[in-house]
Amino acid sequence: MSSHNGSSNGRVIPAAYPPPVDSQKEFVKRGLDAEDELIEVGVAIVGGGTAGLACANRLLQLLADDPETMERLGEVPVAVIEKAKTCGGHNLSGAVMRPGPLEELFPEMTREQWRAEGFAFGEVTKESVYILPSAKTKLRIPPPPPQHNKGNEVVSVSALARYQQRVAEEAGAYILTETAATQLIVQDGRVVGVRSGDKGRGKDGEPLSNFEPGTDIKAQATVLAEGCWGHITGAAIREFDLAKDREPQVWELGVKEVWKVKRPLDRVIHTLAGWPLKISASYGQIGGSWIYPMKDEKTGDDLVSIGFIIDLDYADATTSAHDLLQEIKTHPLFRGVLEGGERVAWGAKALPAGGYWAMPKLSMPGAVLVGDAAGIMNLASLKGVHYAIKSGMLAAESIYAALKRGESSFENYEQVVEDSIIGKDMWEQRNTRQPFQKGLIRGGPLVNLMIATKGRFPGGRWALHRNDSKPMFIGKTKDSYPKPDGKYTFDKLSSVFISGNATRDDAPNHIRVQKHVPRELAETWKWMCPAGVYEIPEDAPAEGDVDVIVNYTNCVQCGAITAKGGRLTVPEGGDGPLYQIL
Amino acid sequence: MKICVLVKEVPDAAVEKRIDPSTGRMDRSGEKNLNPYDTHAIEAAMQIKEGGAVPVEEIVAVTMGPDSAVRALHKAVSLGADRSVHLSDPAVAGSDVAATGYALAKTLQRESPDLVLLGQQSDDGECYTIGAVVAEHLGMPSLTQVIKMDVDPEALRCERQAEYGYDTVQIKLPAVISVGDAINEPRYPSLKAIMGAKKKPLDTVTAGDVQIDTAKVGGDNSAAQWVSAKSPPAKSAGEIIEDEDTGETVEKIVAWLDERKLI
Amino acid sequence: MANILVYALHYDGAINKNSLGAVSEGAKLAAELGGEAHAILLGENVPQELAASLGNYGAKKVLVAEGPEGLAQPLVDAMAAAIQGGDYKYALFGGGLLGFEIGAGLAARLGAGVAMEVTNVRAEAGELVAERPILGDSAISEIKYRSDVGIIIGRLNAFEIKESGAGAAAVEQLSFELSPQAQQATMLTRGEQRGADVDIEGADILVAGGRGLGKAEGFELAEDLAKAFGGNSAVAATRAVVDAGWYPYAAQIGQTGKTVAPKLYLAAGISGAIQHKVGMQGSENIVAINKDANAPIFEFSDLGIVGDLNKILPKLTEAVKAKKGA
Repeated sequence: MSSHNGSSNGRVIPAAYPPPVDSQKEFVKRGLDAEDELIEVGVAIVGGGTAGLACANRLLQLLADDPETMERLGEVPVAVIEKAKTCGGHNLSGAVMRPGPLEELFPEMTREQWRAEGFAFGEVTKESVYILPSAKTKLRIPPPPPQHNKGNEVVSVSALARYQQRVAEEAGAYILTETAATQLIVQDGRVVGVRSGDKGRGKDGEPLSNFEPGTDIKAQATVLAEGCWGHITGAAIREFDLAKDREPQVWELGVKEVWKVKRPLDRVIHTLAGWPLKISASYGQIGGSWIYPMKDEKTGDDLVSIGFIIDLDYADATTSAHDLLQEIKTHPLFRGVLEGGERVAWGAKALPAGGYWAMPKLSMPGAVLVGDAAGIMNLASLKGVHYAIKSGMLAAESIYAALKRGESSFENYEQVVEDSIIGKDMWEQRNTRQPFQKGLIRGGPLVNLMIATKGRFPGGRWALHRNDSKPMFIGKTKDSYPKPDGKYTFDKLSSVFISGNATRDDAPNHIRVQKHVPRELAETWKWMCPAGVYEIPEDAPAEGDVDVIVNYTNCVQCGAITAKGGRLTVPEGGDGPLYQIL
Repeated sequence: MKICVLVKEVPDAAVEKRIDPSTGRMDRSGEKNLNPYDTHAIEAAMQIKEGGAVPVEEIVAVTMGPDSAVRALHKAVSLGADRSVHLSDPAVAGSDVAATGYALAKTLQRESPDLVLLGQQSDDGECYTIGAVVAEHLGMPSLTQVIKMDVDPEALRCERQAEYGYDTVQIKLPAVISVGDAINEPRYPSLKAIMGAKKKPLDTVTAGDVQIDTAKVGGDNSAAQWVSAKSPPAKSAGEIIEDEDTGETVEKIVAWLDERKLI
Repeated sequence: MANILVYALHYDGAINKNSLGAVSEGAKLAAELGGEAHAILLGENVPQELAASLGNYGAKKVLVAEGPEGLAQPLVDAMAAAIQGGDYKYALFGGGLLGFEIGAGLAARLGAGVAMEVTNVRAEAGELVAERPILGDSAISEIKYRSDVGIIIGRLNAFEIKESGAGAAAVEQLSFELSPQAQQATMLTRGEQRGADVDIEGADILVAGGRGLGKAEGFELAEDLAKAFGGNSAVAATRAVVDAGWYPYAAQIGQTGKTVAPKLYLAAGISGAIQHKVGMQGSENIVAINKDANAPIFEFSDLGIVGDLNKILPKLTEAVKAKKGA
């Protein structure tokens, strides 16, 4: 790991400069406030994304037929706590979704109805996978088995969450939007709820004239559905040692755009590795891109979803997912699709990519983890939406069964997940990412072998190393980034603008990083962040330690900083982007 | 004293606004929020109530809009209103400023308020005008751009921003006051208040319930007709000067400004 | 005859600039309709000469009414009386807060159609059609009137001032009754100035500074230039420099600061990122000074100067002073 002075071979290791944060001390509250000051709910679901809302949807379906248990959950049987202005506001994914779990959740809905509701955009009938050897050429390869998408549906998780929110509200859930959950409340070794965030603090954290403190939300069961390693999830994992004997979690960062196009696309397209990535072991860039067709039934528009994903294990500080997306758009494969079109959306989000061995224990006394927060994602295909829905449903069923029996343990949820398609798929894919930590060339063939043999060969348990333990250097990836032309390629600031990001100018800083670090690390953050949060002063020295300017009001809360040396905490509820069709 | 606060649900400022191709009108689907200026009006009402200079029996939030407008009312209630009234009727849909003000005035008449407060403008375009229309129909004095308000049982003493500086005006009650955002810093609702909002009384009324003459409201009856929407004339590319001889450059700038009567 | 009644605001012995623009516009439109533009002034002892001077801007006749100044409702009463007693098809207001209130109240009184934030008016087949921007200035909407009288409320600075050289206008006293509601308001103090409280939203000329100024002291260059322009000029700032503490929040323009549309927006050391652009893109004339030829602001400025603002601004300040002094 790191040497004692934080560098290795002249390269700088982010982990040597940990952010000023003590998650257990700050984010775990011991004991509840007085009865008359707190709010009591039956089941508190932290996070109104696909997984959290699927849990709410399923719970309410079960409770609708069981008034007795419903009664026992009190006045507010199900509450969903969501930090964005509306559910879906902070949700983003590719996404080509396997239809099964959503069909299970809403059995009366047809796929035509999905599209009429505005969250689905067509069934996949054709697909192509390419490797791009250079900026002008492409090489078609047969889709590797995990990439078989025929029959899947192109969806927008932002739009889906909005639909799920409506259904949940109609079924009686209280959806508390613009509400951040900042602390896990633990009493006698059990999760008894969460605390909502304060509102009305100034730049330095001082209470302003309209300061409103948060409230304790007491719950019989708590579901952590915060997404790609949420804020409270991190604290819960530490508090209950849920990562014991697990591999460390690792992440990828995806930057996505939606475009209105002149000609409809007839297939989903994926690219793997290749240009513009630098795949040598020294640079260690692993990633790929996608182009998905979207037919908007409501407006009749032809849209496409495009995006670039990069594994955060790279070594060149100048690696930037946003700029790589802009770069790949100059390739004829992309340009052909986007010609004459108009960008209508932009966003970014991190994905948990550690797979089976990095999944934490999924339950603790009083609470369970679902979705991306549980690290549930298919590594070979990078699909997680259907698992999010499935895990939400399974969590609902376990919690319902326990509450119905008057029990308070949700331990069996873990087994139920293991026995489901989630467990089966995750197990098969369990070693398909680790070899990439050796670089694409050495790791690639091993990955293919594992995929082809459904995980049987080579077996065993392959270790992962943390993203922030990777020594960083300032390399040349940035040299080929295109200059934004405002038509097909865009700068970070105007991208943040169309994400609908609205944050109070005098809000406190929610990002924890050290402010004076070696240049290599500062550059890592500067390039990595898709929203341009981190800047280095123009007059900073060319080598050695530099100051870091944190423009935290640009932050779209993608979560990447937590992987590479910082810590994203939750800003005031209501802040951040307002994704609609991402 | 009974205070009525007029509130409106408007598209979220962050949402990209567009024209609905089928109607030629602003597409109002998508995220909606309580008009930020109205939160200042509710806060002003709360400060009068908490201030104690005049006893306030109740604060009533009133809105006109489709079904989704109840969310604005819930938000208003979570911020402190005691109950709310929702004018919901297809006959009023598409009303312009004048028709909307008339419909709201009729709804308010039923409540007989001593003071009507509202935000002076909304995020979706209309500025400083609804208050004047409502006041005219109610026969009450009105003032807009108010950034400070002192109340005593008979009258208000208001400060407002005008072209030439600040005016201090005394207005007798009952009155209609449109407030600016400089008047106060709205409070954040507590979670308890948010969750309790749905339980507060919400009265849904139709045009008939408040004696609105439907010939005076609705898109088809509006006296100002929105005909079409088009793109603004494209701005031609500007001139660029590379500064080599600063003296010369500055001369060119001054000439340019002079041409346009800007000096 | 299609006559137009134009509201004129006066203060401290002078007519408000936006009202002069409205009178000019009214005269132009009235001519196109084959009618006359009349102006209306309300106040306590309005000087005859002041009223007559509106003839220079095209008013054929000026109605003078006696009543309390600075309040909207007395004007609703006065204009309603004039319109009901006269032959007016349209009432026109230049940009300005009272104009909005009066226009809207008048629309309610007369049951007339009203359009606000109008940026352009044209005559078509004997009728006036108003145009106004919508959706953050990205589209223009047209409004036609179905009522007997149409009310047009212009956006700030929308109408150009034009002297017609026609000489003094005829002045007529207008008698009217104050409605009960108009009698409920009393002006206690009018037009109180509050120290250095400059309202950037109302300024005609804005000199705006950004990161390119280099340091907080750089704003002195901007202030000097604004002072040289004189009149209704002010200094504004981008969010980046306000965040850095170089200038106060009250001067901030952009996404969460203020939106402005002055006659001249001079941007010094500002890159023109979209968050700032939305706050000032409605400005009539945009001049940008930046040392980076690729700065986005040059894509939408009317005049762009690529150069060192530290050299240009002081020289420009001198030149403007000289021009004005001459």
